[in-house]
Amino acid sequence: MSDVKRGVIEVVDFYKSFGSKKVHEGVSFYVRKGECLGLIGGSGTGKSVLLRSLVGLEKPDQGQILINGVDIAPMREQELVEIRKKVAYAFQGGALFDSMTVYENLAYPLREHFQYSEKEIAQKIHEQLLEFGLPGSEGLFPGNLSGGMQKRVGLARAMMMHPDVVLYDEPTAGLDPYNTKRIQESILSLKAKGVTSILVTHDMPTVYAVCDKVALLQNRRISEQYTIDKLKQAPEGPMSQFINGESA
Amino acid sequence: MNNLGLPFTVFLMEILHFVGGVGLLTREVLKELKGRFYWKLLAEQIFQIGARSLPLIVITAVSTGMVMSLQFGLGLEKFGGKLYVPKLLAVTILREMGPVFTSLMLAARVGAGIASEIGSMVVTQQIDAIRALGTSPIKKIVIPRVMACLIALPILVSIANIVGNTGGLIIGATELNLDPNFYLLKVLTTSSIKDYLSGFGKTFFFALFIAIPSCYFGLTVQNGTKEVGIATTKAVVVSSILILVGDFFLSKLFWIVEKMV
Repeated sequence: MSDVKRGVIEVVDFYKSFGSKKVHEGVSFYVRKGECLGLIGGSGTGKSVLLRSLVGLEKPDQGQILINGVDIAPMREQELVEIRKKVAYAFQGGALFDSMTVYENLAYPLREHFQYSEKEIAQKIHEQLLEFGLPGSEGLFPGNLSGGMQKRVGLARAMMMHPDVVLYDEPTAGLDPYNTKRIQESILSLKAKGVTSILVTHDMPTVYAVCDKVALLQNRRISEQYTIDKLKQAPEGPMSQFINGESA
Repeated sequence: MNNLGLPFTVFLMEILHFVGGVGLLTREVLKELKGRFYWKLLAEQIFQIGARSLPLIVITAVSTGMVMSLQFGLGLEKFGGKLYVPKLLAVTILREMGPVFTSLMLAARVGAGIASEIGSMVVTQQIDAIRALGTSPIKKIVIPRVMACLIALPILVSIANIVGNTGGLIIGATELNLDPNFYLLKVLTTSSIKDYLSGFGKTFFFALFIAIPSCYFGLTVQNGTKEVGIATTKAVVVSSILILVGDFFLSKLFWIVEKMV
C-alpha cells in the first residue's frame, strides 16, 4: 500500500511498451501538492508517453498511477471523466479545435461539465483571456494565431475547469523568449494558487524558473532526481552530463 | 509460393484487424448512444453530409437516368420494346441504381471527408484533447456522423429516385419519341411500393457501410499526415466494396422477405 500523503501524483513501478519496443521499465516517482516536477530526458525516451499516461490517454502495461491516492491505471474511459476534470493536460501544440474560435474552444469544457449560463461562460472566458494575456482574441480561429498564442489558448482552455493538477507537454518548445517568459509566468501564477504540475521539457531555463525538482528519464526509468537547489550545485552524474550535452 | 504466402497472410491479417476494429467501434457507438446526445452536432453533420451532397447526387442521378433511358431505348427499339423503357428504368432505379449509385457517390464524397477530417484531428491531437477534457470522441465525433448518414442517405436516395426517373422521362420524350404522359403513367402504374422499399431498405445498411469504416480509418491514423491520405483512400475503397458486395446479399435478403410477405 503506497503512502497517499506522499504525493498528489504518484507513479509506482510503471511499465510501458509498444510492440517489442520497451519504453518504460519500473518508473517510480511522486509529486507533492503544489510542487512542480520537471521531467527531462533525451528525445524518444518516453516523457510524453509517461505524461499522457497520467491522464489516462495511454494505459500502462504494469504499475500504478495514483492521482490523489486513486489508481487510474485500470480505469475505463467513462470512469476517467471525473479524474480528467481535475487533471488538465496542456498539449505541445495546444491541440485547439480548429473548427472552433478561441471563445468556443474555451467554452467547450464549461459547456460539457457545468451548468453555467451563456452570460456566465462569457464572463469566465473574458477573465481567462485577460489572465493569459490574450484579450480580444475571442473571435479568432486557431489558424489565425501564432504558435505562442495557440499554446497559451491551449493552456487557458486546460485551466477553465480549475484543475488540481496540470501536465505540461513541452509548453515552451519553439517559442521566442517573450512568449517563453509569458508561459513561465502563467505556470508560476498557477503554482502560486497551489496547482500541482509536471513539466516535460528540454528547456532548462524554464525548468530552473518554474520547477521545484527535476527527474531525468533515461534508459527506460528515472535515473536521477534532484531538487532545483541541489541541481544548481552541479552534482556529478547523468543529469549533469545530459544538461551539459555530454550524453543523450 | 513463399513469396505469395507472405503478402496474403498480411492481407488476411489486415482484414481481420479491420473486422475486429469495426466491431469494437460499433460496440462503442451502441454503448455510448445512451445519455447525452449532441443534437447541434447532428444537425451540422446532416447539413454537411446531406444538403452539401445534394448537387452531386442530383447530377449523378439525372445523368444515370438519361443514359439508361437512352441505352434501354436503343436496345429495345430493335425488338419493338421501346414502350417498356419506363417500367424497366423505374424498377432498375428504384431497386438498384438509385440506392447504389447514390451510396457510392456519398462514399466518395463523405467517406473521404470523414476519414480525412478525423485523421487530421488525430494527428493534431484534437481527439486526445476531446478525451483529456473529459468528453468522448465517440459521442462528439463518431455518433453524429453515423446518425447523419443514417438520416441523410435515405432522403438523398429518395430524391435520386425521382430525379433519375425524371432524367429518363426527358430522354424518353425527346430522343425515344415517347409521350411524357404515357411515360409518367407507366412509371407510376408498373412500379410498386415493394420496388421502392426494396431499394430504400438497403440505404440504412449502406449508410453504416460508409460511416463506420470511414470513422474507423480516421481514428486509427497514427503516423502523421501521410497516413491521413492512406486512411482516406482506404475509407473510400472499403466503403465502396462493402456497398457493392453488400448490395448482392441485401437484394437476396429483400427478395426472400418479399416472397414471404
